[in-house]
Amino acid sequence: MRLSKAWLVASRDFKIFRHQKNILYSIIVFPVIISVLFPAILEFTQLRNSGGLAAVGVLPNLLNSFSFFFVIGAAYIPLGIASYSIVGEKVEKSLEPLLATPLTDGEILLGKAISAVLPTLAAMYAASIVFMVGIDATTVGRLGYNYFPNWTFGVLLLIVVPVAVVMSVLYSVIVSSRANDVRSANSYGIFILFPLLAIYLLSEVGIISLDINGFLIIAGILSAVDVALYFVSTAAFQREEILTKWK
Amino acid sequence: MIETENLTKKFGNLTAVDNVTLRVNDGEVFGFLGPNGAGKTTTIRMLCCLISKTSGSATIGGYEIGNKEGSLKIRKIIGLVPDNVGLSEHLTAYDNLDFYGKIYDSSDAQRKESIKRFLEMLGLWEKRNALAGTFSKGMKQKLAIARALIHDPQVLFLDEPTANLDPESAKTVREFILELKKEKKTIFLNTHNLDEAQRICDKIGILNTTLRVTGTPQDLEQEVKGKKTIVSLEQVNEKILSALKKLSLKNLTNEGNKITFDVSDPDKENWGAVEAMVLAGGHVNTVNVVGSSLEDVYLKLVRESA
Ligand SMILES: Nc1ncnc2c1ncn2[C@@H]1O[C@H](COP(=O)(O)OP(=O)(O)OP(=O)(O)O)[C@@H](O)[C@H]1O
Ligand SMILES: [Mg+2]
Repeated sequence: MRLSKAWLVASRDFKIFRHQKNILYSIIVFPVIISVLFPAILEFTQLRNSGGLAAVGVLPNLLNSFSFFFVIGAAYIPLGIASYSIVGEKVEKSLEPLLATPLTDGEILLGKAISAVLPTLAAMYAASIVFMVGIDATTVGRLGYNYFPNWTFGVLLLIVVPVAVVMSVLYSVIVSSRANDVRSANSYGIFILFPLLAIYLLSEVGIISLDINGFLIIAGILSAVDVALYFVSTAAFQREEILTKWK
Repeated sequence: MIETENLTKKFGNLTAVDNVTLRVNDGEVFGFLGPNGAGKTTTIRMLCCLISKTSGSATIGGYEIGNKEGSLKIRKIIGLVPDNVGLSEHLTAYDNLDFYGKIYDSSDAQRKESIKRFLEMLGLWEKRNALAGTFSKGMKQKLAIARALIHDPQVLFLDEPTANLDPESAKTVREFILELKKEKKTIFLNTHNLDEAQRICDKIGILNTTLRVTGTPQDLEQEVKGKKTIVSLEQVNEKILSALKKLSLKNLTNEGNKITFDVSDPDKENWGAVEAMVLAGGHVNTVNVVGSSLEDVYLKLVRESA
């Protein structure tokens, strides 16, 4: 496995993405929404002074719940990128000549993974800065201190988010091996979000708490899922499978 | 350079390629002919180490297909133009080639030079910054050929490179293949175009799941026995015809001013026939001997195996 070759495959994908407006949108839209929308909601409820949502006592919990959307985004964005970059190649039949080069299956797969992981992390981290600044600006008056940055959000961004991105990428590889077009890859891809939405709902009813411990447990579970998906996806991504079974 | 022995590929119950044994020497252009579904693409895919063989063996440049180290070595010395070109449509022509060049660790200068050289040879240099997706079929085909050559491979596999091309583009591609032959590249060419095979191949194989025959185009024509002599006269009359009938020529026919018959050894047999015609008062304009065409051979072998 030569990292330089995987990087080569990834940089080719980046060049392709630049000519693909759909991919650019799918990377940008979600982070823009969460980083702008949540501070805006807080600002709006405070202006209306409708208490409840912005009451000082529940505010930290609420902000932690908001921040969980960064995990959902981290799982959502790679679906669009990876399904395009793999199913797209399938549609163009451009994997066959690629597989006839000395690149190994692992290098190609890693390259595909990098091309989905890096833009996602870049977008989510950029969004997290806007989010933190926006939330602090709207809540510092109430709380008397800047809520962000803090360790809880740090754990979420640096541990849970990457683990969720990897899960989504590996899952996309598996889905892409079965799907015939980008659209159907995306619609199957959405299933990976359900467990995360379930975690969110469980936290809302108080079964899981979205604090440091909660995030570490979630990261542990997702890591185990990552390992399982890794084995399935590398089995799916083999030249013979790709050429004879990927229809 | 390419050698196979009893190479076989089965997809479940279906045998796509059955016991193929062939040999392509260094610097030869090998034409692989056969009807749709004959197993030509499957053979190329096995030789390029893209799919596994079911049984038998094959080597390319002395490296064995079917094991990891061999496959990797083989993939370094081959170039492939698959039947559907497989370009990255959202990359420019230049970037398509540049990416492949980088895979093979060529130096920047070397890569730039060969990209320019091939794009110029194939008349695509002006279009280097256009997206490959905007290219016509013929341009895509040419770009795919350039891509397969960017690392200067010893062996080139071409799967129907002139299918879908207009006559002029097909000619450019054929001339390009001949150019590569001068550079001593070994070329494995799948084609449905008999005329093309005859013109540019040193050796031809006809496949219909099993390999029916291999040989030079001339060998193959010999294979289907019998040549034809066509004599064109000023005028044909009964006297001439009855003189010829006495010679018990095979398949003697007369059409207008032409007389046609089969010969196995034209040097010996034609003389007597022409003499008989002249003695019967015939005025002979031309005498032509035609062999059976590659098409005759192809159709005969493919029908036999059906
Ligand atoms: N992945 C696959 N799974 C099952 N059967 C296959 C597969 N690939 C090829 N075949 C079968 O193998 C046989 C040979 O196919 P192949 O594509 O090699 O033919 P070909 O000679 O290249 O034909 P054409 O001239 O149409 O390109 C066909 O019957 C085809 O259906
Ligand atoms: Mg074919």
